[in-house]
Amino acid sequence: MAQKRVLMKGNEVIAEAAIRAGCRNYFGYPITPQTEVMHYMAKKMVQVGGNFVQAESEVAAINMVYGAAAAGFRVMTSSSSPGISLKQEGISYIAGAELPAVVVNIVRAGPGLGGIQPAQGDYFQATKGGGHGDYRNIVIAPASVQELYELVVEAFNLADKYRMTCMIVGDGTLGQMMEPVAFRDEEPVETIAKPWAACGRKGDSFHHTVTSIYIDPDVLEKKNLELQDKYKIVEANEVRYEAINMEDAEIVITAFSTCSRISRNVIRQAAELGIKVGMIRPITLWPFPYKAISEAADMPSVKAFLDVELNAGQMIEDVRLGVNGKKPVYFHGRLGGNLPMQKEILDKIVAIHEGKITEGGNF
Amino acid sequence: MIDFSVIFAGFGGQGILSAGKMAAEAALYEGKEVSWFPSYGPEMRGGTANCSVVFSDEPIGSPVVNDADVVICLNQPSMEKFEKQLKPGALMILDSSLIKTRPTRTDIKVIAMEASDIASELGKMMFAPITMLGCMATATGCFTRDSFEKSLYEILPERKHNLIPINMEAFDRGAAFAK
Repeated sequence: MAQKRVLMKGNEVIAEAAIRAGCRNYFGYPITPQTEVMHYMAKKMVQVGGNFVQAESEVAAINMVYGAAAAGFRVMTSSSSPGISLKQEGISYIAGAELPAVVVNIVRAGPGLGGIQPAQGDYFQATKGGGHGDYRNIVIAPASVQELYELVVEAFNLADKYRMTCMIVGDGTLGQMMEPVAFRDEEPVETIAKPWAACGRKGDSFHHTVTSIYIDPDVLEKKNLELQDKYKIVEANEVRYEAINMEDAEIVITAFSTCSRISRNVIRQAAELGIKVGMIRPITLWPFPYKAISEAADMPSVKAFLDVELNAGQMIEDVRLGVNGKKPVYFHGRLGGNLPMQKEILDKIVAIHEGKITEGGNF
Repeated sequence: MIDFSVIFAGFGGQGILSAGKMAAEAALYEGKEVSWFPSYGPEMRGGTANCSVVFSDEPIGSPVVNDADVVICLNQPSMEKFEKQLKPGALMILDSSLIKTRPTRTDIKVIAMEASDIASELGKMMFAPITMLGCMATATGCFTRDSFEKSLYEILPERKHNLIPINMEAFDRGAAFAK
């Protein structure tokens, strides 16, 4: 049963959700705009008998995550873009060693030290690798504080189920805003046995080894093929998206997280002008909802797609793979930490509707 | 009501972000959907602060406000910046104790009230934005006085309940300017 709704900040909800999901190990290093995650953890982890460490660096924190995960514990770290870049080596090792971990990236504007305002420039990094080697992370992009809560809990289940990193991607809008959240009395925590965990022999005749080093190419190839098989299962089972107003849609917006929130208002404003706009909002950025996009591209009513992002056009590559040339794909993006005004997006919709712009973006 | 949006703006330390949160709590108490989004950045006490609050009977689209229904201003720079972000016909409530000029736009409603002077009379400057909440709630009906008071009892720890009557006095002093 859901409890009474309380007003909470996105970052604090991430921490609360993790604790509710049974996470008793948090290692991090402060960075705006996600520091409230750490702040909340510092206060609450002690109360539930868990471990909180403000590590000496992001690199140290992700390696602590590796250690706790290898010992079979639910564990999380959080950071923002430059910090997540530092964690990539560890995330690759976690993939190689097949460990379950939850990593949160409250994205800021880059590249480099960049700025601290909302951005989505880490889409490529999150979905196409980030670290070295052939690996994947499950990447989840919540759009509201309530959804953030539910999906952080789910991230721990998915990480355990597939023994891989589940990454939550948001930005300063989601992390800093307060919205009502209704916590459940009991969380749907799926307890999965971890017979592989390296937590002492405990009377067994052998010890467990957690490693990502396989010197023999044949052994490493086999290991890689096993990973690829696992990723195929994730692709088949874990795609999540929300289809909004798609019936008879003429123009389909594709947008995730913050951009989907701004676009919701635009859909309503376009309807007032007599333009039917729908939206496909990917909730999992990997695995990506290619099929939903492809089916939308097949709809006779759909004339075009408009991809809206806080970057120079990253998810649009996946949207185009889904559309596969069947319909034109337009783009609207903002950079540097700026958010698009609703009117900017609406103007673009009107221009597309009237056939007044050529395919491509605003850059 | 769909996406009724308010911008609170002033100097850091005036209680801008808290007042926004109190408004959101009052609307939440009425069962509305709400969002509260603060400006965040490398600011310090005395720097500018603002937050956007949206109330709605339906799930809220954007928490980021471009065209506000109400702007509450507690300093001159905020008035100049945010008068551009009001819908035509929308309401600006400004603290005339601190703001000596008036908006240049003629297509908006303006209520000028001596919020900081009233707050000073009540003993604490932090009451200034509360008086303006009283004015806003009364002028627009975005939430009721009763919801505001009851939400305070809910969100404040019991040891602070003794402060609620004076907050309500601030609210009522502001409400008088809406009539």
